[in-house]
Amino acid sequence: MQSFAYAAPETVEQVIAVLQEHSQAGKPAQILAGGTDLLVQIRSVDGSARTIVDVKKLPETNRLEIGASEIYVGAAIPGAVLTANTDLKARLPGLVEAIDLIGSTQIQGRASLGGNLCNASPAGDTIPALIANAGRCQIAGPAGTRELPVEEFVTGVGTNALGEGELLLGICFTPPAARTSDAYLRFIPRTEMDIAVAGAGVSVTLDEKGICTAARVSICAVAPTVLLVPAAADALIGTSLDDEALAAAGAACTAASSPISDKRGTAEYRRKVVAVLCKRAAGIAAERARGSH
Amino acid sequence: MSRTHVTTTVNGERREFLCEPQQSLLDVLRDELQLTGTKEGCATGDCGACSVMLDDRLVCSCLVLGVEAEAKSIDTIEGIATDEGLHPLQEKFLEHAALQCGVCTPGFIVAAKALLDQNPDPDEQQIRYWLAGNLCRCTGYDKIIRAVQDAAQTMRGEAS
Repeated sequence: MQSFAYAAPETVEQVIAVLQEHSQAGKPAQILAGGTDLLVQIRSVDGSARTIVDVKKLPETNRLEIGASEIYVGAAIPGAVLTANTDLKARLPGLVEAIDLIGSTQIQGRASLGGNLCNASPAGDTIPALIANAGRCQIAGPAGTRELPVEEFVTGVGTNALGEGELLLGICFTPPAARTSDAYLRFIPRTEMDIAVAGAGVSVTLDEKGICTAARVSICAVAPTVLLVPAAADALIGTSLDDEALAAAGAACTAASSPISDKRGTAEYRRKVVAVLCKRAAGIAAERARGSH
Repeated sequence: MSRTHVTTTVNGERREFLCEPQQSLLDVLRDELQLTGTKEGCATGDCGACSVMLDDRLVCSCLVLGVEAEAKSIDTIEGIATDEGLHPLQEKFLEHAALQCGVCTPGFIVAAKALLDQNPDPDEQQIRYWLAGNLCRCTGYDKIIRAVQDAAQTMRGEAS
């Protein structure tokens, strides 16, 4: 009978070797970062034995670099470390506010950005913010390292693009250009500790006259996967982000949505509220972009 | 079933234990180290009853594996009172009757201490947000918030 095992390799090569070895032998192995989703799932969804491969000892998953040409956030860094980083907050405020919305102080002490992405919940709060900022997944595997845009990483409810022997090392961003900023908003019926009914992440770039020259809009909890909505971005680009443009972007989000009805909200409600969140997030991102140089 | 040998520091003392890979740090604290002050509420990271400090960071010990404690430093409710007496938070929880059944109390005290150690003068909203991951089904929270505010005042050396 298969029993639980734990491995905490110190190099990426060792992690890949452990994952491949298990895969070839038909033995289940699962990657552990903060464990705030994984351990709950083991306890309440699928308690079957497996090898837990802890990736927190790798330098690559712990590296946080906010450089002039690249921003890199290691996949296993806990939220509390990221939200306390004033440099990251200054560069990607919307991403940091998305991270900060997840769980309690205790959860923030463990839950990682990479884990939130790999868990691939339709309501994962950081995913729209990652997509709005054109985050690129750095994936290591037997064939070497590859890069994948975040919007292509999530393949379905709870599934991602990681193949056999692969792991997510971190996420890269091109540092925001001048007059560029982002915002993330979600709606929950409580003030804290809940899962998004709908959410929207927006990044905008303005020219010196305040005209939007680039935008990315991403929405969550309104489809099986978090969506990039190019039509919403197109509605913003070339405008001064006036009410009409914001309304058109919101309408594009509604049109892109295919939500379910559940205890958190009806499909009809989600389609409506996602437009409001898009409009407001775009407004906040624009205000931040005007204040940044 | 192979048990792993783990060496760790608990409340400043070096401790060793054997545990199975899937055992939580909470299980280890309670069942292997007999530190039963840390409570199990939900075992899914929602209630905060099992709050401990792991390398000076507040976590739910139910969502940490025992094997992950290797070479780490853990601080639990048992380490909060000193030889001189109770911690001001413990005294104020008693004084304000900020507990009834008591299952959530160790978690609240560990979490509140983590807050006051980094922010000696939090406002009520900061306290409420910080403690949002600690659930109490008896008191209704007001007494807990007042106890934390009063303890903070005492710790800042101000008369209450």
